[in-house]
Amino acid sequence: MTDHASAPPAIEARDFSFWYGERKTLHEVSIQIAPKAVTAIIGPSGCGKSTFLRCVNRMNDLVVDTRTEGELVVEGRAVYGSGLDLVAHRQRVGMVFQRPNPFPKSIYDNVAYGPALNALVPRRALPEVVERCLRRAALWDEVKDRLQAPATGLSGGQQQRLCIARALANEPSVLLMDEPCSALDPIATLKVEELIFELKQDYTIVIVTHNMQQAARVASRTGFFEAGRLVEMGETQQIFTAPRNERTEAYITGRFG
Amino acid sequence: MGRFGASFITTSTWDPVAGQFGAWPAIVGTLLTSLLALSMAVPLSLGVAIYLPEFAPGPIRRPVATVIELLAAIPSVVYGLWGIFVLIPFLTTWVYPFLEARLGFLPFFTGPVYGPSVLSASIILTVMIVPFIMSVSREVLLAVPSGQREAALALGATRWEAVSTAIVPYAKSGIIGAVILGLGRALGETMAVTMLIGNRHEVAASLFAPGYTMAAVIANEFADAAGGPIHESALILMALLLFGVTVLVNAIARLMIWRVSLGRGNT
Ligand SMILES: Nc1ncnc2c1ncn2[C@@H]1O[C@H](COP(=O)(O)OP(=O)(O)OP(=O)(O)O)[C@@H](O)[C@H]1O
Ligand SMILES: [Mg+2]
Repeated sequence: MTDHASAPPAIEARDFSFWYGERKTLHEVSIQIAPKAVTAIIGPSGCGKSTFLRCVNRMNDLVVDTRTEGELVVEGRAVYGSGLDLVAHRQRVGMVFQRPNPFPKSIYDNVAYGPALNALVPRRALPEVVERCLRRAALWDEVKDRLQAPATGLSGGQQQRLCIARALANEPSVLLMDEPCSALDPIATLKVEELIFELKQDYTIVIVTHNMQQAARVASRTGFFEAGRLVEMGETQQIFTAPRNERTEAYITGRFG
Repeated sequence: MGRFGASFITTSTWDPVAGQFGAWPAIVGTLLTSLLALSMAVPLSLGVAIYLPEFAPGPIRRPVATVIELLAAIPSVVYGLWGIFVLIPFLTTWVYPFLEARLGFLPFFTGPVYGPSVLSASIILTVMIVPFIMSVSREVLLAVPSGQREAALALGATRWEAVSTAIVPYAKSGIIGAVILGLGRALGETMAVTMLIGNRHEVAASLFAPGYTMAAVIANEFADAAGGPIHESALILMALLLFGVTVLVNAIARLMIWRVSLGRGNT
């Protein structure tokens, strides 16, 4: 029924479970995330949305004593498989965090960080990469005259777009966004949303959001999580207007008010 | 005090009975011991501060950190005693002969080996300021927001790259602050240095030779200022000078931080 069904999923989980210590936080999640599209993940606080996202790029490795079961595959590679090159994996799977977290370096150095670190392009090509990514993140016009200024001097919304530019410069194919707009005002939010919409032609984007309208605006498909389980997944339109599961319906109607 | 003039700073003879007061050896000794101590303490303490929370196995982190923090609280006279009874015998038996044999072609490591010497004092200062610099910079490093580490890792940094390119730079000014505090402590440290430096008003090229520091001169001679009121004023002037040197060194250090933080924007 969907146009994505034909292409192999960019991210696929099969009965994937995750434990923080003794606590099982994700329960047998099976999900398929289409390539080059925006997929939203919604659900009540604490249901495991961030945990899922942080499994995809193995950010959860930072937490001691965690365990997984089942399969999680990104572009054909098993994320928790023994042969995974973690550095290369994280370069392919970019992440934008809830709080903008630019480095206390210059705007330029922030964007150049990934490509320089991973030696993606020759050093002399960096300025061009920086410009392209800042343009892509709709930030170029605001910062082109002060590339050497500290990134921490930018507004919150600009910082978040800088973080997106920084992620893009790393040439990822997947972009994970964990509530990227929750620290931003409505105008900045709108800019980031436009940007996400723009980026979906080239990137597989997974966005966690508490904002139903935002999910409706940017995502073609939406998954609803509750208590560590994927309750329902479908076309965004369908999830919001005709949810099949009563839990989804209760959440959606509660949130839309 | 004006009667001392510039010769107070530039001359080297300190003879209270003859009324000659040249503070140059003490000034040199103060700066030399402090800077030597700093150059040994900084790599050591930063190494531990960075290694411990990042790479050390979980169970040893807390105990090691606690022990090192305790070291910072030991009174300096205890360090002095330890220096005399443990450190100096160890240094004169093992370390100094080795240095002389290997590096004896340098003027710094020649001549008769005395136990109490500029080098011994520098080493005890190192031992004293390492815990200090380490615990402060450890706090600073632990205070770096987790988002910084995550940002680096999410961009494909290895653990070490995350530390060296994100966490340490973020904590840079705090770490420099810790180093300056350590330097301040080394400049003013009196007791342990007095006990280990040999207390001789003399500038020698060799680090094995005894020397003096301003703080040690004041502490040693003030109680019975043998040369009478002039001697006493000389010591007060020395204190003023120590104050000046401390302020100056701190100002230079701060200027360096300021330049570092200005230069931050450059690629
Ligand atoms: N580092 C951690 N260690 C232990 N438990 C954790 C950790 N991080 C999250 N949890 C727990 O896992 C569960 C899922 O958390 P998660 O952050 O994934 O929720 P979320 O859906 O993103 O919530 P929110 O919408 O509030 O961001 C929560 O009960 C949380 O307490
Ligand atoms: Mg979350």
